[in-house]
Amino acid sequence: MLGALPILLLALLYLFLAAERHAANPMDKILPLPKGMAEGMAALWFRPDQLTGQLLFWADTLASLQRLGLGLGIATLSALLIGLVLGVLPPVRATFGPLVTAIAVIPPIALLPILFVALGLGETAKVALIVIGIAPVMVRDIAAYVAELPREQIIKAQTLGASSWQIMIRVALPQAMPRLLHAMRLSLGPAWVFLISAEAIASDVGLGYRIFLVRRYLSMDVIIPYVAWIALLAILMDLALVFLSRKLFPWAHGAKH
Amino acid sequence: MSALLSLRDVWVEYGDKIVLEKVNLDIEAGSFVSIIGPSGAGKSSLLRVVLGQEVPTRGTILLDGAPLTPECGPDRGVVFQRYSVFPHLSALRNTLFGLECEQAPLLARLFGGARRAAEAEAAEMLDAVGLGDAMHLYPAQMSGGMQQRLAIAQALVKRPRILLLDEPFGALDPGIRADMHALITRLWRDYSLTIVMVTHDIREAFTLGTRVLALDKRRHDPHAPHRFGATAVYDLHLRSRTDPVEDEDPAAAAAIDQNNEERIGHG
Repeated sequence: MLGALPILLLALLYLFLAAERHAANPMDKILPLPKGMAEGMAALWFRPDQLTGQLLFWADTLASLQRLGLGLGIATLSALLIGLVLGVLPPVRATFGPLVTAIAVIPPIALLPILFVALGLGETAKVALIVIGIAPVMVRDIAAYVAELPREQIIKAQTLGASSWQIMIRVALPQAMPRLLHAMRLSLGPAWVFLISAEAIASDVGLGYRIFLVRRYLSMDVIIPYVAWIALLAILMDLALVFLSRKLFPWAHGAKH
Repeated sequence: MSALLSLRDVWVEYGDKIVLEKVNLDIEAGSFVSIIGPSGAGKSSLLRVVLGQEVPTRGTILLDGAPLTPECGPDRGVVFQRYSVFPHLSALRNTLFGLECEQAPLLARLFGGARRAAEAEAAEMLDAVGLGDAMHLYPAQMSGGMQQRLAIAQALVKRPRILLLDEPFGALDPGIRADMHALITRLWRDYSLTIVMVTHDIREAFTLGTRVLALDKRRHDPHAPHRFGATAVYDLHLRSRTDPVEDEDPAAAAAIDQNNEERIGHG
């Protein structure tokens, strides 16, 4: 509850500044009032686009969430598989660890032209940018976490008759899962950055595309609600991941019963 | 009695550092061997070699007369000072783990009747170590003593030929430690276990063990201290399995304690 206070104060500050500008110039576009934003957004919310017949706001949201979901999903899955194998099997880590590190240090945005050239301007390149942007960090995190499981635990599992495969699926995998959800939470921010970048450069639908499109008309009445919407979506995803982790892996959160 | 575990001329070296030299040991079935010695005298190396976690540089180890495979297997159970239970499994499922690995090679999970049978066996073992009421707790919800009880149950459910304890009670406070001593003595009797325990606590070594081994270096080269390894310098057979252990006079135990501390000369 207390955490809502600063946010409320910022909103009030914005309203105060916007009102002040509008008092000086009723046509001001830089700091729109809520009424202006509602009018600007109404067209995107309720009126079908003349060209495509879609409700643009919802089409943008759907397209962006689909790209984000695919990118995040592929990155998470590969982080789990590659991270687990790298973490459990030292020879594999010695062979492929440097490659993962090398990919991780390349700024993903620098790869975007290559992706567009190689994969075209469609969905694949955008999803690929998200995956390349966040997967290496997640892989390294999971691999390091699994490699640092106490040696005693692995030995103990062996003395209980577990094979390497059984150790992988019953000891390493379940313990990597809460860490994976944590890595997803941390990757959400970068994933949004790469999504918006890809959409800003080449797209015809999506939250990032819309923001960069209406920027040409100084349409702050659309940009600000879009940014707020993106923030809300990101917060909801974060909360969902925390909830999921507590629900599925109570042992990792020191929960009682 | 015949020897269950035999070490023949075992050497352990790391690079040019010799940790153990010429260790010859015969451990009889049903004995409770305590291993003491100063830090760095190779107590844990000896345990790791017996466990199969490390291969001796020289020498052979025989279990039941057959050479030991140089990997950890279900014939040797182990309890470490810490980290020997799985934090993501409840007590019952921690204990179930060994049974599941054996019976379900691919999934390491049991279902239906096989699972119920295994759960009954695991629950019985948890009862035996006094965790009957804590079967559904996760290790993070347990005290240190309870976690060690769980680690013992987990190992014993596999019926190992030999149980190795690496300073199992070192991290526990004295009251809990006394409870654990009573527990391990009872389990050792009830399940006819053979136990090898490494400990820093000389008193513990003498009250629990039927035999106490003190590891230390026999020779010392001041210019190259790492070139001489440790071996069993004292090998004391205290009592046979049938002797009473509990009614030992604490004063006498303290006297032995002091005597040996002087003789061995190290903590």
